[in-house]
Amino acid sequence: MQEAVHAVEGFLYPNEVELQWSILIVLYPYITGLVAGAFILASLERVFKVEAVKPTYRLALLTALAFLLVAPLPLQLHLGHPERSLEMYLTPHKSSAMAMFGFVYLWYLMVVLLLEIWLDYRKDIVQLSQTTKGPVRLIYKALTLGSSNVSPGALNADDRIGYIITVIGIPSAFLLHGYVGFIFGSIKANPWWSTPLMPIVFLFSAMVSGIAAVMMLYIVTTWLRKKPLDMRCVDTIAKYLFYAFVIDFSLEMLDLIHRIYEADESFHTLDFMVHTRLFLSQVILQIILGTGVPLACLAATQLWTFSEPVRRKLYFTSGLLTLIGIFAMRWNVVIGGQLFSKSFLGYTSYKMEFAHREGLLAAVALMILPFLLLWGLVKLLPPWSEHEAKA
Amino acid sequence: MRITFKDAAHLIRLVIVVLIAMAAFAGLRSLMVPESFGQYGHYRGNALEEIRAKPVSFAGRQACAECHDAVVEAKKAGKHVNIGCEACHGAQAKHAEDPSLKPTKPDTAVLCARCHEKNSAKPHGFPQVATKDHNTGMACGDCHQPHQPKL
Repeated sequence: MQEAVHAVEGFLYPNEVELQWSILIVLYPYITGLVAGAFILASLERVFKVEAVKPTYRLALLTALAFLLVAPLPLQLHLGHPERSLEMYLTPHKSSAMAMFGFVYLWYLMVVLLLEIWLDYRKDIVQLSQTTKGPVRLIYKALTLGSSNVSPGALNADDRIGYIITVIGIPSAFLLHGYVGFIFGSIKANPWWSTPLMPIVFLFSAMVSGIAAVMMLYIVTTWLRKKPLDMRCVDTIAKYLFYAFVIDFSLEMLDLIHRIYEADESFHTLDFMVHTRLFLSQVILQIILGTGVPLACLAATQLWTFSEPVRRKLYFTSGLLTLIGIFAMRWNVVIGGQLFSKSFLGYTSYKMEFAHREGLLAAVALMILPFLLLWGLVKLLPPWSEHEAKA
Repeated sequence: MRITFKDAAHLIRLVIVVLIAMAAFAGLRSLMVPESFGQYGHYRGNALEEIRAKPVSFAGRQACAECHDAVVEAKKAGKHVNIGCEACHGAQAKHAEDPSLKPTKPDTAVLCARCHEKNSAKPHGFPQVATKDHNTGMACGDCHQPHQPKL
């Protein structure tokens, strides 16, 4: 506490000196956003019949699952006592928005993602349960639920149920990330967060980050597997990334213009914060590098015709900068919202720990974990064999 | 193509697995949720009894006044009239029970600064001093009377 007091500038209320929500709470909306965005990209193929993105359909589903499994970990690490998290299901607290997120999460994991993956992979699972050996075969056997019926009729049933699940899944994905935005947007005591636009801004930024993540994963995994990149697929993903980005950018600008024109009592404090403590993360990383540059690159690919290697480089750069930019956006929301005082007369600063339960090391480990899970999932349920067999 | 019962057999198996999982959850819930949960609100009803059974630490002003009436009288004329005895002297239920257990006298050099240390956030009319300039290490009680805080 004594250390934290030195970080204070101006006047703060005592409960504002220490930042309670650390980098782990930055990761939580970032990771759920990647889940929702990846699923929405998968639904493009399934529901909206965008055939060009088919090579990424399964990869997007597995990406969404890998990140969704990690999504509650930052919260559990932040709160401590992860064994108590089950209690939100045992004794649900209906008036707590945060406690009800447990049900939103469970719905999305069990009803949408796991079911859709299972239905889509069932034919492969049955085949693998017959061709593999050793303990992994037991996993496949268990996943078949004892039924090896892959007749056209059974597969048709899977397809129809899978379609319904995806249709339910789209609003569920919107709900998952819209809800995260709602948790911030409904905190009326904090003018940096309290806006009804927050859920929708979170939602579109989630789509942007998820689409960018799957595009990057597709480019990288294809390169690692030394396979030719399906440029029609990457072009189409980049096109949808551009569309989602334009909407996301417009919404954020709308929020900004509204704040500037309204200029309520918090405006000068927030404006000063953006120009000082958040300058690097908001102006440089989020707005210029994370939004302006990728939008310009993506717009260029829509306006002019570039050769394949140039397009690949442009997409890779845009994807990487987008992911950095959206991370910066989550940082600016979560950390930025705690840097100023409700008195509008002072600021504090956030000093991140390193080897600490809520430090940089834990955050880096949590960001590596979904990729390890994805690697395991890809090994267990290969996402590309079907497509390449057809090709 | 119509979906026959045979074609949907694996889906029925899935439904059975889900039902088993739900039944397991219901069983787990009945085992893990304490019986008195929700009796009065979103907490264990028995928690109230458990809290009530804990030993009392504070005696209350009335208990103090029974013996220390002179201090109570002195306080009436001072600005600290509304401050409870145990706010400064600490929880004294044990002392009230057995007056031979003498409580330690508060160190006024530390105690007074808790409220009267200078801070720009405090209302201007509230008496406050920068202790390191004001008393240079002396205890406040050397000059001021805490029960009737005047020089």
